[in-house]
Amino acid sequence: MYIIVVGGGRLGYYLLKALMNEGHEVLLLEKDARICRTITDEMGSVCYRGDGCEAATLAEVGTGRADMLVAVTGDDEDNLVACQVAKHKHNVPRTIARIRNPQNALLFKKLGIDVTVSSTDIILEAIEREVPTHPLTSLLTIDEKGLVIVDVKISDESTTVGKTVKELSLPKESKLALIIPSEGSAHVPAANTVLRAGDQIIAMTSPESKEALRTALRGI
Amino acid sequence: MKIIIMGCGRVGARLASLLDEDGHDVTVLDNDTYSFRRLPPTFGGSALFGNGIDEEALKRAGIEEADIFVALTQGDNRNVMSCQIAKHIFNVPRVMCRIYDPLREEMYSALGLETISPTKVFAQLLKDKLEG
Repeated sequence: MYIIVVGGGRLGYYLLKALMNEGHEVLLLEKDARICRTITDEMGSVCYRGDGCEAATLAEVGTGRADMLVAVTGDDEDNLVACQVAKHKHNVPRTIARIRNPQNALLFKKLGIDVTVSSTDIILEAIEREVPTHPLTSLLTIDEKGLVIVDVKISDESTTVGKTVKELSLPKESKLALIIPSEGSAHVPAANTVLRAGDQIIAMTSPESKEALRTALRGI
Repeated sequence: MKIIIMGCGRVGARLASLLDEDGHDVTVLDNDTYSFRRLPPTFGGSALFGNGIDEEALKRAGIEEADIFVALTQGDNRNVMSCQIAKHIFNVPRVMCRIYDPLREEMYSALGLETISPTKVFAQLLKDKLEG
């Protein structure tokens, strides 16, 4: 695949390396001459100096035959415009934009950007996962299916301790996949499985019903 | 009419005061309060600190009731993004976008934004003056 990466910051640099290792034809677009020189010295002629938001620059690097453009600069507006120019001027089939403000996901989707990756959300989730008392953490979001896989912890205060799975009023798009007890081995929950304090439940739900699922599982 | 102007530079401040004189309800948004010095003392509208690509700031500026949104910051991309937020998220009836880069201006105009490229307009104006 021919992949164009816009923005030679830390993210762009490591992305370039990873994609090259996978054997793709990759080109990095970066405005700063110094960064461009450093990358060229290290990895050969894989960096082109120019503004990835300009249709002319994108034309010079043959964006018309690119399979994918990934915009990872630190500014949401620049990533949006780079993807829009690639999509509308050069018909790039797949555009991916990094966003810093999670609120922008909806706008980018409306404007035809294929995938948005919110660095803020990902870091937040990773930190939340490390907070032992946090009752619900998102493990994985599958955008195309409108699904999110979450981890819910049952604590001593949960009023559902001692109840069976069939007694819980789960939101209808939610399914429990796995129960990991504090001791013993993980098992797939059945209707008569009893919840215990210390259980860790892996479940699937829609982003909107996350909170409802948490309440149903913990009772508080 | 309720008009929001993003960017209180020379053009933004001047446009704001002209529209204010005509009796419109004008709100100017800028992410540097120092820019508001450009507004004349007689300006009767509101000047608000905030970033025009942030939906919350736009809501505070009253974008949900706005009839017109004009983006006049120095950054083409910021103007383009805020105008698309105004048009596609808040359904503002009329959205006007300044884009210096003529190529980008043509593309966004084709995508349905109302755009002006000062670069194009001014170059044409100078050419006409020099040749006329």
